[in-house]
Amino acid sequence: MKTTSKPTAEKLAWMYERMSLIRQFEERLKWLVETGVPVGAVHYYIGQEAVAAGVCAALNADDWIASNHRGHGHCIAKGVEVAPMMAELFGKVTGTNRGKGGSMHITDITKGILGVNPIVGASVGHALGAALSAKVRQTTQVAAAFFGEGGAGIGITHECMNMASIWKLPVIFVCENNGYAQATPVEYASSTAKISDRAAGYNMPGVNVDGQDPVAVWEAAEAAVKRARAGEGPSFIEAKTYRYFGHHQGDDTLRYRLKEEEQAARDRDCLKQFRAKMEKSGPLKLADLDAIDAQNKKLLDDAVEFAKSSPLPGPEELYTDVYVQAKGGAQ
Amino acid sequence: MSTPIRELSFGQAINEALRLEMRRDPTVIVMGEDIAGAAGREHLGLSDAWGGPMRATRGLIKEFGAARVIDTPIAEMGFTGMAVGAAMTGLRPVVEIMFVDLIGVCYDQIINQAAKMHYMMGGKVELPMVIRTAYGTRGDKRSYGGGAAAQHSQTLYSVLAHIPGLKVVVPSTAYNAKGLTIAAIRDNGPVVVMEHKFLGTSAKGHVPEEAYTVPIGKCEIVRKGKDVTLVGIGRMTHVCLEAATTLAAGGIEAEVVDVLTINPLDEETIIESVKRTHRCVVVDEDTPVCSMARDIAARVGEAAFDFLDAPVKAISSADTPVPFAAVLEANYTPNADKVVAAVKEQIG
Repeated sequence: MKTTSKPTAEKLAWMYERMSLIRQFEERLKWLVETGVPVGAVHYYIGQEAVAAGVCAALNADDWIASNHRGHGHCIAKGVEVAPMMAELFGKVTGTNRGKGGSMHITDITKGILGVNPIVGASVGHALGAALSAKVRQTTQVAAAFFGEGGAGIGITHECMNMASIWKLPVIFVCENNGYAQATPVEYASSTAKISDRAAGYNMPGVNVDGQDPVAVWEAAEAAVKRARAGEGPSFIEAKTYRYFGHHQGDDTLRYRLKEEEQAARDRDCLKQFRAKMEKSGPLKLADLDAIDAQNKKLLDDAVEFAKSSPLPGPEELYTDVYVQAKGGAQ
Repeated sequence: MSTPIRELSFGQAINEALRLEMRRDPTVIVMGEDIAGAAGREHLGLSDAWGGPMRATRGLIKEFGAARVIDTPIAEMGFTGMAVGAAMTGLRPVVEIMFVDLIGVCYDQIINQAAKMHYMMGGKVELPMVIRTAYGTRGDKRSYGGGAAAQHSQTLYSVLAHIPGLKVVVPSTAYNAKGLTIAAIRDNGPVVVMEHKFLGTSAKGHVPEEAYTVPIGKCEIVRKGKDVTLVGIGRMTHVCLEAATTLAAGGIEAEVVDVLTINPLDEETIIESVKRTHRCVVVDEDTPVCSMARDIAARVGEAAFDFLDAPVKAISSADTPVPFAAVLEANYTPNADKVVAAVKEQIG
C-alpha cells in the first residue's frame, strides 16, 4: 500500500480548505447550540477533520461515500455546500433534505453522498452496493464507507468486508478510530489492538495511519483507490483520531476520560500541525492558509444567514415523498 | 384455430417475470442465497444447483451470468444493505430473503434504510429495489403439514405493512405473481413481494407469455356475490373461494376480494364491496395482534358502519408460534370451515 506520489500544493490547499471549513462549520454549529438555536441532535466532528479531507482528496466527484452519524465532515469534504447543510439543521425547506432529515440524514446524491446514517454500520452496506453498481455498470467509480471503531464491531461491517473481498469490489473501508463508542473505550470493546488487523481475516490490505495528518490519510486512500479502480478489490484504512467533544451535544466527556488525554489529543490537532508544517517547510504559506480561513468564515456567515432566512416546510410536506411516485409511464 | 392455453405454476410465473425484466433492463440484478447454487463451480461442470426455495430463480444464471445473478454468502444484513446502495446508484436489485422468518436479521436495512430513504432525503433519492421472500404454512389438513415449525413457517407481513414507505404485495396466483413482480421491479421505490410456499395447484393457471403488470395498490374482486364480502390475502384468498363454494351450496352468495397489496391498501374496493353485501369476514394467515385482519376490519367498521348487518369478523392464525405437528399446524391456520362458520354466525 506504499505510494511514492506526493501531494501537490494545490492538493494540500484543498485539504486545508476542507479541514478549515469543517472545523468552522462545527464551531459555528456548537455556538448555535449553546445559544439555544434548535438544530436537533448533532454529533460534532471536531478533531477528526483530517480523515474526511484526506480520504475525499483521493476521490473523484462521481465516486461515492457512505457516512455515519458523525457525518457533517464527510459531507463537506465530499463537496456538499454548507448553506443547504446549515438550512437542513435549521429544519428549513431549502435544506439538503428539505428539512426532513436533519443532522443524522444529511445527503446530496449529486455529490456522491449515499447518506449520513445514524444506524451504526448500516451505511457500510450502502457503500458496498454502490461498489457493486460500479462493477455491474462497468464504470471505474469507487465507494468509501466511513465508520467508527464502534461500527467496526457490528455484523454488517464484517459481512460486507467478506463480500467485498470475494467479489473484489471497488470499496474502501475507512475506520475512524476516535477512541470511543459513546462512552465505551476502544481498548475495552475491540479484540485486537489495531482494528486494521481484522482486514487480514478478510484477505484485504489493512493499514493504520495517523488520522491527525491529512497527508498520511490521503496517501493511504490514494493507494486504496488505485487498487479499487484497477479491479483488485477492497482495502481497509484505520485512521487513529480523536473527537474533542462529547458523543453528541451536551455530553460531558470527563465522565469517561481524563483531561490529560484530551489535552494530549488537542496538542496533535490536525489544523495546528498542518499549519506548523507549512510554516516550516511549505509549499503553502501561513498567509495563504489565513486567506482560506477568512474565505470559509464568509461562507459560514452566509450559510447561517441563508438558513435563518429560509422558509420552513409547509404542513403538507409531512405527507409528501413517503412513497416514490411513478414517473413518465414507468409502469 | 385454437391455441393451447399455457399454464404456469406460481414459481414458474415469478421466474418468467424476472427473466423478462432482466432481458428488458440490464440494470436489473438478482441476489440472494443459493438463487443459483453451486456458485463458482462452473469449471467442474456444475451450476444452477438450487434456484431459491421455489426454484423461482432457476436458470437465470445460464442466461444472464454470475455478474447479474449473484449468489451471496449467508449475510442478509449485508446484501440487503448492498441492494439499498445499489438502488441509489443506478441498479434495480431484486434480493431474495429465502424465508420471511429470516427478515429479523436484516430488519434495519428494510425498515430504517430502504423504507425511509426517499422521505428522509426530501424525495431526492429513488430506491428501485425489490425484496422477494417466501412465507406461510401448508395448513390444509393433509397427513403432513408444512412441517417447518416456528422459525420457517411464519407470515409476518403485518410488520412490513406497518412501515410507511414500504409497499408490500401478496400475490395469490401465477398470473398476478408475474404481474405484481414485474410491477415491483419497475416501481422506483422499495417493494416487498410475499410469496406463499404452499399455493400448489390452486395458484396454477394461464399466464400470457409477454410482460404485463398487475397494479400495485389495487384489490381485485375475484368472485361476485351479494350476501357477504370475504377478504383474502395470499393463500387465504383460495380459502375464501373454497368457503364461497360451500356457502353457495347453501344459498349464500359470497363476494371474494383478493387484497393483493397490503400496503398501501386499496380500502375503497373493500369498503364499496361491503356497502353492497353488508357483511365482512377478513381472512389473514398472520397472527392476530396488530394484524392486517384487524386493520382491515377496523377500516371497514369505521367507513361502512351504517351499512353493516353484523360485526366485521377477523379470522387470523392462532396467536401462537407455528407448531410442528401437522394436526396442530392445521388448527393453527385459518381454513374454509372456519370461514363458513363465521359467515353462518353473521347471517344467523
